[in-house]
Amino acid sequence: MESMVRVENVAHAFGEETVLKDIHLSIPKGEIFGLLGPSGAGKTTLVKVMVGILEVDQGEAWVKGVQMPSLEQMKVIGYMAQSDALYSELSARENLDFFGAVYELKPKERKERMKAVMDVVGLIDHMDKPVHKYSGGMKRRLSLAIALLHEPDVLILDEPTVGIDPMLRQSIWDELKSLQKKGTTIIVTTHVMDEAEKCDRLAMMRDGYLIATGTPQQLREQTNSETIEGAFLVYGGERE
Amino acid sequence: MNIQALIIRILRQFKRDKRSLALMIMAPLLVLTLMWLVFEGDRYEPSIAVVDVPQPFVDALEEQDASVEEMSEEEAMEALEDVELDAMLSMDQQKLSITLEGSDPSTNQAVKMTLQNAMKTLSPPSNQMDLSFSYLHGSEDLGLFDNVGPVLIGFFVFFFVFIIGGVSFLRERTQGTLERLLSTPLKRSEIVSGYVLGFGIFTLLQSLIIAAYSIYVLGMWMEGSFWYVLLITFLLAMTALTLGTLLSAYASNEFQMIQFIPLVIVPQVFFSGLFSLETMAPWLRGIGQIMPLTYGADALRDIMIRGKGFEHFQTDVYILIGFAILFYVLNIVALKKHRKL
Repeated sequence: MESMVRVENVAHAFGEETVLKDIHLSIPKGEIFGLLGPSGAGKTTLVKVMVGILEVDQGEAWVKGVQMPSLEQMKVIGYMAQSDALYSELSARENLDFFGAVYELKPKERKERMKAVMDVVGLIDHMDKPVHKYSGGMKRRLSLAIALLHEPDVLILDEPTVGIDPMLRQSIWDELKSLQKKGTTIIVTTHVMDEAEKCDRLAMMRDGYLIATGTPQQLREQTNSETIEGAFLVYGGERE
Repeated sequence: MNIQALIIRILRQFKRDKRSLALMIMAPLLVLTLMWLVFEGDRYEPSIAVVDVPQPFVDALEEQDASVEEMSEEEAMEALEDVELDAMLSMDQQKLSITLEGSDPSTNQAVKMTLQNAMKTLSPPSNQMDLSFSYLHGSEDLGLFDNVGPVLIGFFVFFFVFIIGGVSFLRERTQGTLERLLSTPLKRSEIVSGYVLGFGIFTLLQSLIIAAYSIYVLGMWMEGSFWYVLLITFLLAMTALTLGTLLSAYASNEFQMIQFIPLVIVPQVFFSGLFSLETMAPWLRGIGQIMPLTYGADALRDIMIRGKGFEHFQTDVYILIGFAILFYVLNIVALKKHRKL
């Protein structure tokens, strides 16, 4: 199958500290791909390499056949960072309007998309509230809405459901599944195990290494574990 | 289109952040008003005690708007000790002798002036050298406030734009929106340009208000064109903005941004002509040459006090533009740290 996102032989260090080593990944179109691992494993760094905002010491990242970073390819990526990158003094509408304009959506289309994405994340009634009055979970949802705004082919979400209640988390995953049906490739980092189960394929990370890749079922079978959490503990244990 | 989005966003942020807005506009007006109140008082009238001084001279002194009191020498010395008097004038074997309190140079100057003027009216004009002063620029009405005013306008514009510009770019980085912007198709140059233009529109307004207030409300000395003043303050603001955003890359929080004030802002005050540097070693004076405020202040003085035309201060204009472009380019280069493209 055509690979949408490809990472080849990536290694990176911040000063003395090595954060990524020997990473190879290939993610086909229309897949929901999960990056699993404890904090500090290098998930965010790897995601930034795919987005094109981190220049690595070694290796390459490709999106839709174009090597990153590429301004042209950034248009097909929707990125939701781990920290909510929002302008807190502005309202949700103004934040959306700004990012919509940056992605060069025409005013009419922009308005429609703004409504559509706010509907998905359940914030349509809080459109004109300034963001500093939002709760943590609401900010998370607004960040997701912004990432969805320009209907990207590749959605890269760094811990999208932190601070979001189970009900809403469910509805967000429903939305991700329906985006997947439309052909969107989705990459999610998480350390919530039941979310990992919902991914088509998973990559487990630890100390900058990709320690295992496969479907949730494969990972469970290979380690004789009943849950992903069990598999994770087995893989984690091997390195110590 | 992209840059426009950034400009609109920055202006909207200003609209929401009323406090920063007030800081950039009201604070300079307030401080300028305070300076005006301090410097623009009426000329000081010294109080002088006279001890056995002939009556005609006492009359002449009183005509000079000095407060004159006849005292005995002991009384006068005591009053001088208590700083109730500025000077004591006594007659000592046909010679006038004067004792000054002496701790404040400007008071000393005022006493000397008063005495000289009194002498002039007293002696027959024929055997007195008649000094008349003519002024190439300014006049005898040019006060201290008029002299430092142009520098102050430049300084306040520079200072507040530096802080607000630097801090808002820093916050863009700390709140993660800079990284978010770099994950969009925005070019690095577009991000910096958006900042420069968004703030540019705003600083234009700020410069307009500060200059108009100083000149038309506080009555600061103004010989030249108002538009030239606006041009220079705008260029200073652009230099301050680009320098502020550039230095914000080397600060990891707002507090560290404030730490640049004693390093970057305060030295400029000393070297920009607020104080005379005539007696300083030439190589030390050279330090002023690398400071944007030096050129801004120089041009503003040329325009406001000396009423000069563009050809006289154009070098300052070009140097300020040069500074702004240099910092602008360095900003784009500094962003390379975050994204190669």
